[in-house]
Amino acid sequence: MATSWQEIVDLGARQPGGVVAVEEEAPEQRRGVFRKLRESLSKSRQALTEEISASLFDKIDDETWELLEEALILADVGAPTTAAVVEKLEQEVESGAVPMDGVAVRDRLIEILAEVASTGRAPMDLSAEPAILMMVGVNGTGKTTTIGKIAWHLSKEMGLSVVMAAADTYRAAAAEQLETWAERAGAELVRGEEGSDPGAVAYDAINAARARGADVVIVDTAGRLHTQTNLMEELAKVRRVIQKQIPEAPHETLISIDATTGQNGLRQAKIFSEAVDVDGVVLTKLDGTARGGIALAIASDLNIPVKLIGVGETLEDLRPFDPGDYAKALLAE
Amino acid sequence: MFDQLSERLQSTLSEVRSRGKLSESDVDSAMREIRLALLEADVNFKVVKAFTKTLKERCLGEDVMSSLDPGQQVVKIVNEELASLMGGTGSELAMATSGPTVILMAGLQGSGKTTACAKLAQFFKKEGKDVALAACDVYRPAAVEQLVTMGGRAGAHVYERGTDADPVDIASWALAEAQSERRDVLIIDTAGRLHIDQDLMAELAKIRKQTRPHDVLLVVDAMTGQDAVGVAESFAEVAEFDGVVMTKLDGDARGGAALSVKAVTGKPILFASTGEKIEDFDKFHPDRMAQRILGMGDVLSLIEKAEQQVDEKEAEELQEKMRKDQFTLDDMLTQMKQVRKMGPLSGIIGMLPGMGAMKQLKNADVDEKELDRVEAIILSMTPRERANPGIINGSRRKRIANGSGTKVQNVNNLVKQFDQMRVLMKSMANGRMPTPQQMAQLAGGNQRAPRPKMRRR
Repeated sequence: MATSWQEIVDLGARQPGGVVAVEEEAPEQRRGVFRKLRESLSKSRQALTEEISASLFDKIDDETWELLEEALILADVGAPTTAAVVEKLEQEVESGAVPMDGVAVRDRLIEILAEVASTGRAPMDLSAEPAILMMVGVNGTGKTTTIGKIAWHLSKEMGLSVVMAAADTYRAAAAEQLETWAERAGAELVRGEEGSDPGAVAYDAINAARARGADVVIVDTAGRLHTQTNLMEELAKVRRVIQKQIPEAPHETLISIDATTGQNGLRQAKIFSEAVDVDGVVLTKLDGTARGGIALAIASDLNIPVKLIGVGETLEDLRPFDPGDYAKALLAE
Repeated sequence: MFDQLSERLQSTLSEVRSRGKLSESDVDSAMREIRLALLEADVNFKVVKAFTKTLKERCLGEDVMSSLDPGQQVVKIVNEELASLMGGTGSELAMATSGPTVILMAGLQGSGKTTACAKLAQFFKKEGKDVALAACDVYRPAAVEQLVTMGGRAGAHVYERGTDADPVDIASWALAEAQSERRDVLIIDTAGRLHIDQDLMAELAKIRKQTRPHDVLLVVDAMTGQDAVGVAESFAEVAEFDGVVMTKLDGDARGGAALSVKAVTGKPILFASTGEKIEDFDKFHPDRMAQRILGMGDVLSLIEKAEQQVDEKEAEELQEKMRKDQFTLDDMLTQMKQVRKMGPLSGIIGMLPGMGAMKQLKNADVDEKELDRVEAIILSMTPRERANPGIINGSRRKRIANGSGTKVQNVNNLVKQFDQMRVLMKSMANGRMPTPQQMAQLAGGNQRAPRPKMRRR
């Protein structure tokens, strides 16, 4: 069953009182969500669909495991995680824990993948008032777009008042881009001059949120490569500035990872986490042919779970991550 | 993890020499290491498979054993094969014989098209050309503004008609304008699009048809994984691109995508984008990329980078100062800043062969902080103190430590190290080689010099 926004967001005492009731998603809608995810994950010409079918497990031998390995590598899961998953499954089949039956083996594979994807799973913590959500990541991974969509969901679907901080003061026109999103989401935007101190923008936004009793502050930051030490230090400073106002903030720090990213995604997550203690991943651009298997490596290696996924351009296409759905879609039938 | 392919190969093949013959199983285990290294570098699985097959034949066929070090020999073969697969020497853009050269840029969202457009404009600007940009990304909020701002920085004219016009119309109009205004180059920025989005791909094909560009460039993020091949194939089909711009190469991604794209489409990588600044953009060197993928460092790039950053006149002045023993803490600061201008130390170290493993030990991170500290200490000194460290007494040390947020001991170390350095420089400038002990002191201050990492046997 698909995970809903209500399940993935911890609103603390606000729930359910201050929140506008959101009607239950109709079953058809849920199926729709699931179908869209599966569709988007199965568009690939080299889709796992072609590689892994039930028939792959009809005859289980060395070639089976090799083909499975190949399929996971092609999904960017990476050699170490792939090896671990395949080895586990192989052992279970050999020891007889899993019957040597095509359907049973495939189902167990989906289970194992879902287990890996569930590592460290926790809801987004927006229980504080105001709750501070900080978005970080490498250039071009979709931070600003994701923030715009998160703001829309929190504001329009959950009835929260949102302040957005345009702390990407570096990229030309980044604040304008966020402004467009703020308008759509009905959120307030706090911005500074281009090239101004990003920490100061975050500071002002938190002050504004407190003055107005807003529920959530979402801080956008400039994209940066994790190898640029000075820019990573700047990011850590933005975090410190936020902590001066609210010691336990940011309550939720998310890193956006482009689903097309290869093995470098692991380095990104690791180094960003060292700088600003990342709580979760937003896996963006899953509507392409890339399967975002690097998310499995990130979860298993760094214990950082995926919390949201982006499967398209529209507002509804930013979704809560569901490990089971993802595992199934990864092996789309 | 696979930073040291050459080291791993050496350990894999080290016993071979004693046996005197390279067996098929030796080659197989070497191929396994290479396969893993290439996969870790995000080279497409299918490309890897085909590649290791070719490689195996060559390794078995060639007299790898005649070399003293079979591991090194295999690495050499891998390197050669990779470089030739990557396209040998660099390729060039096609330029118009008359009228503006039209370059169409395409790619996925977030691959860095808009930035690459501005950087390419700057590249032509440096050659003295009159460059214009056409803003055809009408979809992403504020994309037009971004191009206008960045184009302005590059000194290029930007043709834009807001976001209400049709991208195909904007492109045709911009081309007509560029022709009548006699521009040398017109670079067309397009919206990022998924290769499976049929409507947007059709639009791209239409822009291509209308503007008949001399070059179509596909912008590819160096961090792209296995999917790079599928993306490139689709874009090749629709936009028939002529070459690739690799972006974000300043990160630590090995950039196997470059190899995959070249191998599958046959199109060369023409440019590499390597930093935040608009001038961080240059022609692509295929042979160097091969070494980067293998984790073998990029000494040539490093040397070039150093040459760019270090002003020759400054260098001469510095040598003069060294000779006359007038080297001051200010000079040291300048030196440090020059080294750091080349990029983060970890990046520089990554370019040095054999340093991959050290990076894993995170020595580089420590160094970076140490350099910050040294900088802070020197900046907390008065000009007089910097010029003449001899006057730095106890109370000055205390003040400097307070001012720089360090401890008096750090200040002591720096002053001591600086003194040793000055002695050393003087003797070097006068043509005497320093003693190993002097070198050790310089490298580690009061500590022992770090032992060089031994190659595994």
